[in-house]
Amino acid sequence: MAYLFGAYLVLWAITFGYVFSIGARQKRLQQELQRLREQAEAEDQPTP
Amino acid sequence: MHRRRFGVGDLLDGIAAAAVAVALFLVFLVAPREAVMGDIQRVFYFHVAAAWVGYLALLVVFAAAVVYLLRGDRRWDRVALSSVEIGMVFLTEGIVTGMFWAKATWGKPWVWEPRLTTSAVLWVIYAAYLLLRRSIEDPGRRARLSAVYGVLGFVAVPINFMAIRWWRAVHPLVFDSSGAHLAPLMLAVLIFCVVTFTLLYASLLLHRLRLEWMSEQVRHLRRQQGA
Repeated sequence: MAYLFGAYLVLWAITFGYVFSIGARQKRLQQELQRLREQAEAEDQPTP
Repeated sequence: MHRRRFGVGDLLDGIAAAAVAVALFLVFLVAPREAVMGDIQRVFYFHVAAAWVGYLALLVVFAAAVVYLLRGDRRWDRVALSSVEIGMVFLTEGIVTGMFWAKATWGKPWVWEPRLTTSAVLWVIYAAYLLLRRSIEDPGRRARLSAVYGVLGFVAVPINFMAIRWWRAVHPLVFDSSGAHLAPLMLAVLIFCVVTFTLLYASLLLHRLRLEWMSEQVRHLRRQQGA
């Protein structure tokens, strides 16, 4: 029973680990995109 | 505040998550206990499903690499990269769950027999694909070389699949030319688990492709602002 538990524990740890890694990368890129867009908008504003 | 619309990807995520819950219920509460191996045989359902999705992901890599080499469209390179990454996750799951099962039934987690050996080779081939991509700076050259590698590397997939049919192996053979050597209820649960992991693969691929698209947007904006 311990091997069955171990196999499923590792299986779902790998799956959720990967899902969280995609989520973390998406969040980081989203923030970077937001920052770059704001920077581009600020550069497009005419200087007084 | 910007609100994202509920899309096909969200629907697929929901269906995949629900299917995983149902699959776990079927594996632990519906599938009969195997007479010889006992409960450890319940590893089989997700072990086979993970291996199947690993093969599927690498088939997608092969197809995307061929299309990239024919058309030169960078989007297919992103499909190949995304699918290799997900394929590696499922291949790893197939190998690791198999090791637990082997330890319980053979007394040791690893035996250098044809299926396990070719699985290890397959894993190394695609790990090298990811390393190769990291080592090439020029995007065009990286995409071309990766596509060639993706086509050549796929040769290892049918060898891995056929290993237990071609050579004397310790690994069990469930499906052969005479059909499936499984009780009907076990086969039904296995098919459900395979479909579930296929849905999970599709859902992960969409998320991974979105990541590539966002990465491309960041590079584009950086180039614009650097110019």
